[in-house]
Amino acid sequence: MSHLFWMCSIAGILIFIIGIYGLLVTFNLIRAIIGLELLTKSVTLFLILAGYVTGQTGLAQALAITLIVIEVVVIAVAVGIVLCVFRHNRTIDAQLLRNIKG
Amino acid sequence: MLSLFLLLPFLGIIVLNLPLNGRKDAAAFLYTLSLSIGQAIVVLFNPGGFWQRPDFWGGFFNLGLYADNLTFVMLLSIGIVVSTAACVGWQTISDHRHRLNFYNLILIALIGMNGTVMLTDIFSLYVFLEVTAISSFILIAFQRDLNALEGAFKYIVLSALATVLMLTSIAALLLFSGGTSFAAISAAVKSNSNNIFIISALGLFICGLFIKGGLVPFHGWLPAAYSAAPAAVSILLAGIVTKVAGIYVLIRLVTSVFVFGPIVQINSVLMLVGTFSIIIGALAALKQDNFKKILAYSSISQVGYIVLGLGCGSPLGIAGAVFHLFNHSIFKSLLFVNSAAVEKQTGSTDITKMGGLGARMPYSNATNLIAIFSTSGIPPMAGFWSKLVIIMALWQMGHFAYAAIAILVSVITLAYLLTIQRKVFFGILPHELKHIKEAGIWIVIPAVTLAIIIIGTGLCFPLLFNSFIMPVSSFFK
Amino acid sequence: MVINIIILIALVTAALWTAMTTRLLRSAVGLAITSAILSILIFRLASPIAAVFELSVCAGLIFAIFIISITVTQRVSPEAFETRKKERMTKFWPLPIIVIIVAVVLTQIHFQTTFNLPAQTAPNDVKIILWNLRHLDLLGQIVILLTGAFGVVILFKEWKNG
Repeated sequence: MSHLFWMCSIAGILIFIIGIYGLLVTFNLIRAIIGLELLTKSVTLFLILAGYVTGQTGLAQALAITLIVIEVVVIAVAVGIVLCVFRHNRTIDAQLLRNIKG
Repeated sequence: MLSLFLLLPFLGIIVLNLPLNGRKDAAAFLYTLSLSIGQAIVVLFNPGGFWQRPDFWGGFFNLGLYADNLTFVMLLSIGIVVSTAACVGWQTISDHRHRLNFYNLILIALIGMNGTVMLTDIFSLYVFLEVTAISSFILIAFQRDLNALEGAFKYIVLSALATVLMLTSIAALLLFSGGTSFAAISAAVKSNSNNIFIISALGLFICGLFIKGGLVPFHGWLPAAYSAAPAAVSILLAGIVTKVAGIYVLIRLVTSVFVFGPIVQINSVLMLVGTFSIIIGALAALKQDNFKKILAYSSISQVGYIVLGLGCGSPLGIAGAVFHLFNHSIFKSLLFVNSAAVEKQTGSTDITKMGGLGARMPYSNATNLIAIFSTSGIPPMAGFWSKLVIIMALWQMGHFAYAAIAILVSVITLAYLLTIQRKVFFGILPHELKHIKEAGIWIVIPAVTLAIIIIGTGLCFPLLFNSFIMPVSSFFK
Repeated sequence: MVINIIILIALVTAALWTAMTTRLLRSAVGLAITSAILSILIFRLASPIAAVFELSVCAGLIFAIFIISITVTQRVSPEAFETRKKERMTKFWPLPIIVIIVAVVLTQIHFQTTFNLPAQTAPNDVKIILWNLRHLDLLGQIVILLTGAFGVVILFKEWKNG
């Protein structure tokens, strides 16, 4: 069991790194949101893993479900903002985002 | 009865969104105003043994809320700032459909903040922080101008990053503890305090809180979000949202939950980060031309003071930090109210284009001066006392260098704030602004009230010290 | 055991592809695939209800949100697309290298693997925990869903008079 724990946590850390790298490097707003989603995936994995290893699967699942519900709303609001930005400028690309990513 | 703080705003939102006729935005305004002022009054006067009475629906829907002295201070600040923001919002938002959305969102933020200060579970903390954060995102962006959308997006990204750090830390803590309540977590930290997992979990959580509170080096979202938000929303954000989300949680966790862990290292990190925030916030504020950006950097600086006091580790330091938190929410709200008044009357926030408004806007002038004196720590305003307590606590614990920096930066604070006063209110009135009048009554009333609170707290401080201030740190053993 | 390793490698590869691919639409599809593989992994970690949630909400709802937003905002000229594709590759080439290095480094480190827990008193069934013990979280979720509804109405609606 401990072997599984380590492999899963390594995978989680890798996804975390991928998410952060993608978030920092991109100039496109929607890719930034995708990066945030990847980060959330890694955190969900960590939570479920912690529950599995210590036998508290019920608690971990409750936390993960709450997390998923909250993340949906955050993504929806972020996408809403991106749509409003798009309506202003007809673009969600590089030149606009230099303002944002600063 | 504590859950009333959460359920009354919730009820309000439901009622406001039923398809009824009539001036719903006026009803929303009155409801928000009465609820927030009621919250402040209940904290101050404790009518009918409010705090001791249990919820009348006890076993059926038990929320597990808890309130101690620190919670009282926070509820009071929340009540005052939300009522101020509600008043200013009534004056500055002209479209009545926007107003209804605004009041709904403020009620949601109120639920989030009240919940955050009253709960006892680390995961529910995350949930209610998200409630506050999401309502703040929408509040910043709801008038949909481009700057506001940018500020909101930056805030979303950094807030989500902070959330991820906090949740990873919760997952790591879950490996050692049987639940997520504060009691379970602190027991786990206590029995495992040398474990690398626990230490890194605490570090991650505190980094997440630094991002939420806008401390250096994680303050990137703060100036953009504060200055681009609509006027009333800036008041809410600067006055209370950042304080509750970042600083209150930090105080609560460092003093109750993490205290059995590597507390000495945590304290030194806090003091270092606090000092950097003080210095960098003040230096950055010196160079700005935008009224609201100066105030935003000033917020970073003042929150640094709070964290510095917290990192002291002594009860006096914590009492000073909490008192400064309360004062900061009052005087920062007042400064932003005045910036709202100026922005509404002149149509811009660029201080190089203004001047001489003092004669035309006497209330804003006077209250701004009072707020400036309180921020820089000039007696007899309240800010002087809270900074004095923090500096004394630092001196007592032997951190002379930090105390010296704190005093020095107070002088810089006075400098940049007086620059605002001079450029905006004193001087010569430019030609285009000849027709300026005082801001509307719903902006002046909160400004005057806040100024009275500042002066009152400052004058009564010696009386309040032993009865109000020191007991705040009573939870810290 | 081998199945787990395969699932984990597929997960990381899908995440890598999501981050690095040039077309936005493929990125969203990659995200959905990552969610699906993650939900399989969660199911194998003895958390069936969370797996179902993850699959339906993330691989379903969020994917739908992304597709809608991408189709609404996607208008890029071909030359801009080509230059952006090249820029993308130059920016992203360190990522697989970092991932492989970190993976190799982490497999070599050994930390403690037994976690001693205080005696468990709470029931272990998700449904009981969520509905009976964590009322505050439920209230928070309801409020957040309400906020989300507000946000969608406020941000997505076209205004008639600008």
